Order: sequence, then C-alpha cells, then structure tokens
Amino acid sequence: MGRTLAEKVWDDHVVRRAEGEPDLLFIDLHLLHEVTSPQAFDGLRQAGRPVRRLDLTIATEDHNTPTLDIDKPIADPVSRAQLETLRKNCADFGVRLHPLGDVEQGVVHVVGPQLGLTQPGTTVVCGDSHTSTHGAFGALAFGIGTSQVEHVLATQTLPLARPRTMAITVEGELPDTVTAKDLILAVIARIGTGGGQGYILEYRGSAIEKLSMEARMTICNMSIEAGARAGMIAPDRTTFDYLRGRDHAPRGEDWDAAVAYWETLRTDDDAVFDAEVLIDATELAPFVTWGTNPGQGAPLSACVPDPASYEDASERHAAEKALEYMGLTAGQPLREISVDTVFVGSCTNGRIEDLRNAASVMEGRKVADGVRMLVVPGSVRVALQAVEEGLDKVFTAAGAEWRHAGCSMCLGMNPDQLAPGERSASTSNRNFEGRQGKGGRTHLVSPQVAAATAVLGHLASPADLSDTRTPAGVR
Amino acid sequence: MEAFTAHTGRAVPLRRSNVDTDQIIPAHWLKKVTRDGFEDGLFEAWRKNEDFVLNRPEREGATVLVAGPDFGTGSSREHAVWALQNYGFKTVISSRFADIFRGNSLKNGLLTVVLDQDVVDRLWELTEADSAAEVTVDLEKRQVLAAGITAGFELDENARWRLLNGLDDISLTLQNEADIAAYEAGRPAFKPQTIQA
Repeated sequence: MGRTLAEKVWDDHVVRRAEGEPDLLFIDLHLLHEVTSPQAFDGLRQAGRPVRRLDLTIATEDHNTPTLDIDKPIADPVSRAQLETLRKNCADFGVRLHPLGDVEQGVVHVVGPQLGLTQPGTTVVCGDSHTSTHGAFGALAFGIGTSQVEHVLATQTLPLARPRTMAITVEGELPDTVTAKDLILAVIARIGTGGGQGYILEYRGSAIEKLSMEARMTICNMSIEAGARAGMIAPDRTTFDYLRGRDHAPRGEDWDAAVAYWETLRTDDDAVFDAEVLIDATELAPFVTWGTNPGQGAPLSACVPDPASYEDASERHAAEKALEYMGLTAGQPLREISVDTVFVGSCTNGRIEDLRNAASVMEGRKVADGVRMLVVPGSVRVALQAVEEGLDKVFTAAGAEWRHAGCSMCLGMNPDQLAPGERSASTSNRNFEGRQGKGGRTHLVSPQVAAATAVLGHLASPADLSDTRTPAGVR
Repeated sequence: MEAFTAHTGRAVPLRRSNVDTDQIIPAHWLKKVTRDGFEDGLFEAWRKNEDFVLNRPEREGATVLVAGPDFGTGSSREHAVWALQNYGFKTVISSRFADIFRGNSLKNGLLTVVLDQDVVDRLWELTEADSAAEVTVDLEKRQVLAAGITAGFELDENARWRLLNGLDDISLTLQNEADIAAYEAGRPAFKPQTIQA
C-alpha cells in the first residue's frame, strides 16, 4: 500500500523503532526563542549536557521584543531579563542567535523559511505551537513543550507516537475575494478546535496547489487551531522556486539531489488517509471569528449565532460564554461590529505578501477616526522589503502605525496590548479570552479584511469600500 | 520527573470546554525563567471573579481537576502544566485533551486522564453536590474511583511505565546513542545546516 506525505517524511526520520515504544525521530532543524527555552538550558546545565547539534539549531528573539524604540533598553525588566537569559544561554552553549537589532531577527516562523532553513522532507520543531507553519514546505513541523526542547537540545531526537493522517482536500477555484486565511478559518469552523487532534493534516487539491508559499504558510500555521500538531502541503515547483538561492538552500549538485528527493514527497495514489474532509473552494467567502476560540467563526455576511441553535450542550455553553465575553448579541450582523484596533502581523499573516495585500486596500484611504491600526512586519527582512516597495508609506499615510518586527499584539507579551473592553480585528491566530491583553476582544480576520475594517471602523471586506477604486492584488 | 502511581484527593469541577492555555496561564507570566512560582497565575483572569470555583473556600486543597472537553488547547507553553502543579493539582480529568498539553503533562508527572464525557458529567454532579467527595486516580490499575463511580481509562503502556517509575526521557534516549550516531552518519549532504559544524 502506498504512503501519505506525512508517513514518508516520518519514516525517513526514524532512528529507532521497537515494539511497544514510541518511534525515536531525528530532528533536522530546532528553532529557539526566549520564552520556552530558559528552563531547557537550565536542565542541560544541571545534567552537564552540551547541545548535541549546534549546526541544526538556531535562535531568535520575538515574543517579548518591543516594536518601538528598539535602540533603547527594554523598559520591562522581566522581559529584558528573559532576553538576556537567551543571549547568555546561546553564548554559553554556542547557539547561533539573531537578537533584537539584528537584520535576521523576527518571528521565528518567518525567519526559518526566509533563511531557506525550512526545506521539504525535513523535521522541524520549536517550543511554539505555530511551528506547524513550516509544514507548508512539505516539512513535518510541530510545536513542542520545554521538556521536549531540552530533549532535542541534548539528543537531536524525540520519542513520538506516530499520529494518524487526515486529508483536507480543497477543490475548485477560490473566489477573488477569498484568501488563505478565510480558507483555514472556514476549515477550523468546520472540523472544530479538536477535530484535528491526533492527526497530521495534509492540505491538498487544486485550490491548494495554486497558492503561493506565503498563503500555504498561513494555512499550515493554523493547523494547531484545529487541534492538529502539524499540517503539511506537498512540495512542488512553487516550493522549489521559493527556496532557490536562499542563504541555506542547497546549491550545485546538492540542489539537484535535494530536488530529486523532494519530488518524491507526494502522497501515493493508493495511500489511505485515516480521515478525509472535502471543501468546495468556490463556496468560500471572507470569514471572521465572533467567539473566543478559532472554531467560532462565520462568513462575514452572517450574523452572530444564537447559542440556542447548538445541539451539543458543551458547544452551546461555550457559545453563551463567548458572547458574554465578547459583548455581542445573537443575531447581530457581523458587519455591524465596530472595532477600535486593527492588528496586521504575526506568524500567521506577517509576511511580505500579507503586507502587500493589506497595503493594496489601504492605498489612498484613511484609517477611520477612533481606530488605531498597528502594522508589525514578521521579520526585519520583511520590513526592509516592505520599505523598498513603499508599503510603509502607504500605511503611515493612511494613519496606521508602522512598527518593528516581532510577535507583538498577537499575544501581548510586549507593550502592544488591548485595554480591557477594547475590540480588535486581528490577522493573528487566536481569539482566546485576554489573548491580546486582559479583557480584550479579538476577531480573527485576513489582512484584506483587517485593512477594510480599519477604513470603515467595523468588520468589512474590501468589497464593502464604497468608492470606485478596485483594490489590486486581492488574494 | 516525579513518579505517579495513585492519587486520592478532593476535586474541582470546572464546567468549561476549550480551556485554552492562555486561560490556564496568561502570556505575561511566561516571562519567568524558572519552573516554579506560577501558582498565582493559574486561571488568573477567572480567579478575579470571587464566584469562580477555584475561589470557593470548600475547594481549597483540592488536587483533582475535572474539566470539560478540549482542555489545554492553544499554545505549547509547558508553563500551563507547571502552573497546575505549582497550585497543587496532581491530575486532570477531561474527555479530550489537546495533544501538546497532554504530552507536556505526562513529561512532568501531571497525570491527564481521558474519560467519556458521561463519566465526567457524573464526576461533576458528584463533586458539585459534595465538595468533600474524594476521587482516586489509580495509574497501576488504570482506574478512576469515586462514590458510585468506577471507570477504567487508557494510557499507552510506554507512557504509563515512564510515569510509574518517574523516568527521565533524556537518559532513556541517550541509551540509544549508537542508533542516533548511525542515523546521523547516513543523513544526506543536502540537509540544511544553521552553521558549519
């Protein structure tokens, strides 16, 4: 019987397989950041262990870093201490680090791909659940806890039970107004926040094959919001073209050998998935969340649902709690929800294509009165590219704030937070209670919807902008 | 890791589904660089409400958390496990756990027990009606016991063995050093490197 993409990559990394034990899997790339690594380095110190493979390990600073005044000492002493701890750990153990101020600094899941380190057929881990992002390259990539971070530092392996596989097949042409973010939000609403638990997802079908690498990363990034540790897309010409010439991409004969291997990384025709979900791309529309988990979403044209309409008691209760927290009423049209903050950025939507898409909507328009819009590039490289293209000017001319790279308001570990009761349209990945600041309310949206919402002051898509200009480059 | 064989304690019934790790321990707590001192951050936002179940005086000293489905969704932060342990919880019962949280819990000796939702419902009813009711989680017998309730649970044999003996994963893996070295020797040259070794 044939094998799925996930099974092929898994099998190629088994160091040891024994009856009654989890497989011991080799890890090709270990990404580190300041939040989930300090206790792991402490563990190594206590046991007198070195980092086994410094050549497969890289660190950057992203979660705590400020997005303003980065040339000044970090104001929050606790954040500063955590960053200093990472710097000391990397210096003591010899780990390559791109700290705040470095040209390669940025959100860890933006940095890996842009350096060309994330490659098809590799295993990638990081102490961050959005490591699933790297699956866009046909890598098996998943988030791990700090104990596992220590385990990988010490052994470059992880003992893991083999997950099942689920195909998410998206056939047909996505409408022009529908983005990768809308697609993945619709998938999560369909299968639920626990629907992918225990599975590796493989996104496939004609609609997926047409997507850019940035769009594929957006989709794989949010696999974890459906409960799946990993999501993958088979590598193809789009993947190879993205990688060619990047700093750490193979060169010369290595490139040819790599491509020959990468081309084998497709699910065999006779392979069987443990579960399959079929999505009709043509039926999708701009999608936003109304609740406090990423599965509580609906098309922008819909209304806030009535909790009484849920048959499942626990879903009904969750919807009631969500409406209470979000300050929403059943039946209220989603388009009538006003926001005071718009956030464009994060490992989900902080790449250059995302900024281009948001800028194409903002060009020649203004952020509505009473709305603050933060644009936070995913990395310094993304910021430099955006500046070269003049995107920063588009945002600042519209009245938005152009900030330094980092995780920023996606999780509010740095000063970029919502105040209690404030409401955001955010291109990030989680709308949990308090995620963007205590008492803050989050609606997850695409960059295009974020931009249109900033202009109108309420949840909106570019099609709602009443003037005659047609935004270019939507997708 | 602390070994887990069996535990008996009073319970906290938490009637909520999708308890995400941002609720278990909010992000601003993650700036700490230790594994302890997270107890005050546990469910921090909900604990501001004095009616929240954890704030009830009769729940003080409870060690068994009985939660709704999809407990521990969201981020990979192991701090969520540490916060539950720092507060005093020894075990968490739910009908479904998020994968990363589950893995983290078992690596720290916090036993996460999966039971059918109807058993969770009965545990909720029991422990809401009687805050002194004790719940026993027996890993040797793979059984949860409480007044009128006996329910078996699954846990794969390898994870159970590690927990029962409090074994350190890294030491176990390093016993396979020869296998790791052999794998490394056979890796293709085109695989990425962050630095020249």
